[in-house]
Amino acid sequence: MADVILSKVLKTYNNPEVVAVNEVSFSVDHGELFGLIGPDGAGKTSLFRILTTLLVPEGGSATVNGFDVVKDYKQIRERVGYMPGKFSLYQDLTVKENLEFFATVFNTSIEANYDLIEDIYVQIEPFKNRRAGNLSGGMKQKLALCCALIHRPKVLFLDEPTTGVDTVSRKEFWHMLKRLKLQGITILVSTPYMDEAMLCERIALIQNGRILSINTPENIIADYPGQLYAIRSDKMSKLLKDLRAIENVSSCHAFGDFHHIKLHENHQVAQLNLVQMLNHLGHTDLELQPTSPTIEDCFIHLMH
Amino acid sequence: MSTLSFLLQKEFKQIFRNRSILGMIIAMPIIQLLVMPLAADFEIKNINVSIVDHDHSTYSRELTNKIAASAYFKINDYSGSFDASYEEFQTDHSDLILEIPQNFEKLLVIENEASLFLAVNAINGTKATVGSAYLSRIISGFNGNIREEWIVPAKMHKAPTIDIASKNWFNPFLNYPFFMVPGILVALVTMVGVYMCSLNIVKEKEVGTIEQINVTPIKKHLFILGKLIPFWVIGLFVFTLGLLGVAQIAYGIVVEGNLILLYAFLSLFLIAVLGIGLLISTYSETQQQAMSLAFFLIMIFILMSGLFTPVDSMPQWAQWMAKLNPVTYFIEVMRMIVLKGSGFEDLKSHFLAMTGFALLFNSWAILNYRKTT
Repeated sequence: MADVILSKVLKTYNNPEVVAVNEVSFSVDHGELFGLIGPDGAGKTSLFRILTTLLVPEGGSATVNGFDVVKDYKQIRERVGYMPGKFSLYQDLTVKENLEFFATVFNTSIEANYDLIEDIYVQIEPFKNRRAGNLSGGMKQKLALCCALIHRPKVLFLDEPTTGVDTVSRKEFWHMLKRLKLQGITILVSTPYMDEAMLCERIALIQNGRILSINTPENIIADYPGQLYAIRSDKMSKLLKDLRAIENVSSCHAFGDFHHIKLHENHQVAQLNLVQMLNHLGHTDLELQPTSPTIEDCFIHLMH
Repeated sequence: MSTLSFLLQKEFKQIFRNRSILGMIIAMPIIQLLVMPLAADFEIKNINVSIVDHDHSTYSRELTNKIAASAYFKINDYSGSFDASYEEFQTDHSDLILEIPQNFEKLLVIENEASLFLAVNAINGTKATVGSAYLSRIISGFNGNIREEWIVPAKMHKAPTIDIASKNWFNPFLNYPFFMVPGILVALVTMVGVYMCSLNIVKEKEVGTIEQINVTPIKKHLFILGKLIPFWVIGLFVFTLGLLGVAQIAYGIVVEGNLILLYAFLSLFLIAVLGIGLLISTYSETQQQAMSLAFFLIMIFILMSGLFTPVDSMPQWAQWMAKLNPVTYFIEVMRMIVLKGSGFEDLKSHFLAMTGFALLFNSWAILNYRKTT
């Protein structure tokens, strides 16, 4: 059963030339951990705001937990939890007061749903009398998650929850999401970090308001056509320029310590030719090896 | 109902934790009411006069003494040349020059007619008008005295003179604070309502908490009530502190009329003013925008309210604008109830107008405030 269904959802801003969400359709199953992966400005936040009834779409339709986002917005508001990308709790209220406030707003209490947030709440409980504004970034994020969960939502929308959070807290955060999934909560999470995509069950790659691909991360990688190579030399920025000028190189982008390239002709001789050509251009310590693609490579491939 | 009480609790917690707002609520009425009425005093005193006396006669000295004896004037310099006094005039040391020509006394006695020259520094319009009017009155008084002097020795009959005795009603001693304090109190309450209310809501927009509230099932009207009620209470508090605290203790202003009637109008006025604050917040995205918009409106409201200058002496179009200004009505009502002791019968139209304002601003704001965009 699908908990979130979008069908040709369209949203433009003032100027009709700015299309934030361009006829997007997909669905998310009940209890699924679904990721929206895309760069800044891809339309992730607009999509979330439509699904949480904060924005009205101009075209298409969407349902959340069986309710229409336009007609039944009241029902949706009782059933979803939303954690915006920007920390949006009351900075001048304490941790406990914020949590109590959001519990009361949903006509429930902390005690009634304590089991759901316990794992997360125990980590911030030592600071429960501290004002939210004085918490560290990771703590703020945990509090925001608690507040979004306090009414036991059916669907949880997390908009870039890990942006600006350190690596350790990011890992912890994804662990928490996995545990929440076990409780049967459908989770939609957006992130600009491609490495986090692997942690989702299914992902949608989104760019300029359009869905590029929807699949499990493994399948998206498996669908990557052709062989990818990693290459490096002692002059990395010159290498990128030189590679782009070489005819046999069909695509090329920087990737960490290496550049990832694809070749028109993959056979041994072509590879040797490439190395020789680069040697000739003054590159030393050349290293060329086949590599398996990541989500980022798939994204770059789909973008072109 | 429990949601509303919880919203109110949260709002008050936040207000009491914000020291600058708390300071404003308590210090602002006290300080402003203590300082502003003393400064905003329209009684013109200390008008500096330069006297250029070319005559040096008994009459010219008598006139000079008469001016010096008046509480309004200070003789700045007494000289024999106009140029020297004009220098004083130029440097703003004197506001008026009275030139007494040569043969002033002689002409007055022989020809029954003499002229004086009066130069007025009109940089400060009020001082110029009031000053020259006062001085003219002194001169005509002086003139009258001379005529009586001439007639009395003839012992024919007493000269027919009209003596005017005036009495100031409702403020017998023309005490300016009596007039200004109630008005300034209205300005204060207006500021509390408009600024605090609009800034508070826009802050929620700016921080993003309003988004978080909007995805909850909180009803629109409850959220708005949760915002308006605290500032309504604060407005009542500030007013009470100003009226029964500062005005009564520091200025001895006692409300002549019915206190309940006054508070009834205040409550209505606060609803209208909070509606304006709410309206501003629906048109602003940032606190800076709200502040600029609120400042602009409050300036107009206060300057066109009859607080400083009477509405009746404004041009016709400005009088219409004053009629569309809720502050005008409350200032009138304040002065009527506090000084004159007017009753409900006299204030019916004011109540009606204020109800209209309250309905207009709040419904406009609510229509413009959308939970979904």
